[in-house]
Amino acid sequence: MMTMVFDPASWLILLPLAWATLAFVLGAGRGARLALVGLGAQALLALELARRVRDQGAHAHALGGWPAPLGIELAVDGLAVVMLLMTALVALPLGLYARAYFGAKPKGGAWFWPLSGFLIAALNALFLSADLFNLYVTLELLGLAAVGLTAAAGDRMAVAAALRYLLATLLGSGAYLFGVALIYGTYGTVSLAALAPLISAEPAVLLALALMVIGMLLKTALFPLHFWLPPAHGGAVSPVSALLSALVIKASFYLLLRLWFGVFEPVATVGAAQLIGILGAGAILWGSLLALLQTRLKMLVAYSTVAQVGYLFLVFPLATGVSPEAGVSAWQGGIMQALAHALAKAAMFAAAGAMIVATGRDEIVGLSGVGARLPLTLFTFALAGVTLMGLPPSGGFSAKWLLLMAALDSGQWWWIVVMMLGGLLSAAYVFKVLRQAFLPAPGGSAVGRAPRALELTALALALGGILLGLFGAQPLALLEAGGGR
Amino acid sequence: MSGDSLLPLAVVASSFVPGLAIFFLAESRHRLRSTLNLFGAFAKLALIGYILWGVLHDREFVFTHEVLPGLDLVLKADALAMLFVTLSAVLWLFTTVYAIGYLEGSPHRSRFFGFFSVCVTATVGVAMAGNLFTFFLFYELLTLSTYPLVVHRGTEQALRAGHVYLAYTLAGGAVLLVGTVWLYGIAGQVDFVTGGVLDHLPAESAPALRIIFLLLIVGLGVKAALVPLHGWLPKAMVAPAPVSSLLHAVAVVKAGAFGIVRVVYEVYGVEFAHTLALLAPLALAAAITIVWGSLRALFQDDLKKRLAYSTVSQVSYIVLGTALFGPVGTIGGVVHLVHQGIMKITLFFCAGNFAETLGIHKVSEMDGVGRRMPWTTLAFSIGAFGMIGVPPLAGFISKWYLGLGALEAGIPWVLAVLAASSLLNAAYFLPILYRAWFKEPPAAWPHEHIRARRYWETSRLLLLPPLVTAAATLLVGLFAASSWTPLDWAKLIAAREYLRWVP
Repeated sequence: MMTMVFDPASWLILLPLAWATLAFVLGAGRGARLALVGLGAQALLALELARRVRDQGAHAHALGGWPAPLGIELAVDGLAVVMLLMTALVALPLGLYARAYFGAKPKGGAWFWPLSGFLIAALNALFLSADLFNLYVTLELLGLAAVGLTAAAGDRMAVAAALRYLLATLLGSGAYLFGVALIYGTYGTVSLAALAPLISAEPAVLLALALMVIGMLLKTALFPLHFWLPPAHGGAVSPVSALLSALVIKASFYLLLRLWFGVFEPVATVGAAQLIGILGAGAILWGSLLALLQTRLKMLVAYSTVAQVGYLFLVFPLATGVSPEAGVSAWQGGIMQALAHALAKAAMFAAAGAMIVATGRDEIVGLSGVGARLPLTLFTFALAGVTLMGLPPSGGFSAKWLLLMAALDSGQWWWIVVMMLGGLLSAAYVFKVLRQAFLPAPGGSAVGRAPRALELTALALALGGILLGLFGAQPLALLEAGGGR
Repeated sequence: MSGDSLLPLAVVASSFVPGLAIFFLAESRHRLRSTLNLFGAFAKLALIGYILWGVLHDREFVFTHEVLPGLDLVLKADALAMLFVTLSAVLWLFTTVYAIGYLEGSPHRSRFFGFFSVCVTATVGVAMAGNLFTFFLFYELLTLSTYPLVVHRGTEQALRAGHVYLAYTLAGGAVLLVGTVWLYGIAGQVDFVTGGVLDHLPAESAPALRIIFLLLIVGLGVKAALVPLHGWLPKAMVAPAPVSSLLHAVAVVKAGAFGIVRVVYEVYGVEFAHTLALLAPLALAAAITIVWGSLRALFQDDLKKRLAYSTVSQVSYIVLGTALFGPVGTIGGVVHLVHQGIMKITLFFCAGNFAETLGIHKVSEMDGVGRRMPWTTLAFSIGAFGMIGVPPLAGFISKWYLGLGALEAGIPWVLAVLAASSLLNAAYFLPILYRAWFKEPPAAWPHEHIRARRYWETSRLLLLPPLVTAAATLLVGLFAASSWTPLDWAKLIAAREYLRWVP
């Protein structure tokens, strides 16, 4: 049957591909305008898809009308649509931000629009993929676009960081691909739906799971595999840093979440989950500590990402082998943390970028006088900090609350200690920046202005993090309508 | 959503919205800024007046919003909330007037008044919180919004004080959060309900409830400056005088003490807390704080530091009253919430006046200041006598009920604590008064900023607020037995909290 029904899911992949290609042809100026139209349309498409999931629940969609195994099937469920919404709603303000940013500092701007279009297309495709191999393809495309964007800053530091990033991302997806091959060799299919009833604890399957997990941990930069993240995220130009930290690392986390609590649920063990949790705890403490020790602003924010990634991985020990209530709470908390961090970290990198444009330098000591000259941007940084510290009302607090509930419900009090310490450490590094910015500017050094569009888009993202805390029930309801776990 | 359910939100918004607007004002727009400030303060008072009238006619004002499944943000106007809201709204008005005068011509006023308004918003939210989560939300907002006020001057000393302040309060907040989450895990949504909500829980949860109580009290005790969690308060006195008034009388310290009152009466229920044997240790902690704070106050030469230690001691009267089992003790604790606020704000206003007008920061510089600034010194004297507990001032009423409450609860040693503390209060306040009134003034004041003009010993905006609050100190004591006084309201609250109590 070939009825032509309007389908937002496939457009979410095609649209960014289209404007990315056109932006490449048209150049940075007109390309940017086109991209912004595309990002606006993408937000509407994601909202429309969310509405459908809310009303009709999860559903699958065959691309071009060809069902699997011949064609490519897209699966839309609660988790996927929440991630698509996150991508659309973070990318739109970041697009506006990037346009203003490259207007002030054109370096690297020519490559930004085509590459970020491919990056967003890859993200959307990844969230919609329904089989292991398509997931691999989108993962690889995402990694390459991200590496390209990192290198686009053009200086030696950025290229070195990009090469390191390339190594990490290729190793990560290589390990994943090896796992896919093992699964295909064992069961003869890569479709998640077809695999679900088949998976059992055979050695090849366990090896495949281990390889996939390690690959994803590397790509999400979980401690101690985070070596590539700070130079890449801290060295890229600010709009790119924001995209990478807010969205790209969420993709590999999403994939792991899907696999661990989906097809691999029967073979996932409590011991392995605890081990991942311990790495997460290490990330929280080590990342926060190093963030506190940084002297450069963007490196501080990048190490903060290393720490915040740790919270994401607490979902594994908190939701594996526990009571259903604790499991749901942890699962919701993990996803809430992904959303909150996306908004807050995009806001924080954007605010940091505006401060750097104004002061002309990246050192934290150079921030004196920013409080008086750029109060709005400093306020944005503080609001984003509220989410990262997990103070109410914010998405970060809601996430922490859900994770704490899960920890109490399942009697795993040690994660509570970690989360509390992490919150206090993040307060320490956030206030390190705020405190410096409050100081009066030393004589002779003038803090310039930042374009208003930079300040306002960053603020919008930070406010998003706060609103997520006040209206967190909505995304959770969407998650539930789309099938929950 | 009806109008009545939006009113509590409007009370919170009446300072928040002007506050946000003020952030965006240019530094030079001082007239518009003052207008916005005063508009917010009066709008809040009008709303509160309307709600008080409604509460009297048995109307309910509750705002509910679901934040997460099973986690609601609730703002509610009950008797205890209205007591604290009214206190903070009235004192906010005076502090705003005072701050406008105090900061005249100094830099960063838009930032200051913006955070000032957010700070009061947080306090009102703390007061009207209808459950433990909402309370926590505004409690943390209070921490964040007072930090920029503490470090406002931007000096090295101020930044260090801000550091200490954050370290204490954020750590306290974390402990409070753990207690809150744990309690939600055991009991579901923890609403503030007259008489408490936990006594139906099975007996085997008693040990957990005791630990949670400890966590909650430690978390709240940081802001309430319970010894040994009080270290931040004397350091924070580097902040400008209006901020100190806010910290000590209206907002931060009060939020901690108020939280303890809520937890004991409306989460655990005073009778259930008594059954769990939680009240006696709390009374002991309060007693230690009272004596220790007074002892430390004796040795401070810095006037604001002496007042800060005096706050440490005085706020624990509230905690002590809360921990005395029996309605009379409750009345003493709850009424002191208001009385301490009025008296302490008077003292800090006066200390600010001495500093701003003559450059006096130390007790040893106060010789003869009563001749140069008789009105301010008079207000200071009334505040000080009130703190000592001289009848018929406000402090006397508090101490009278606390003493009777101790006898009623069968803990006579509390009387000794009260007596010792009153003696110590006299020992650290009377020498100040003696110097101010009876010693010869020096040839020149340390740094005379403002010259006397005809009847005005200092700027009008600085002088009027302490005179009004000093008069209030006298009036709420003198007419304590009439209706609509703090004492009357405290009696109403106490009568409701005891469900099965038989004297």
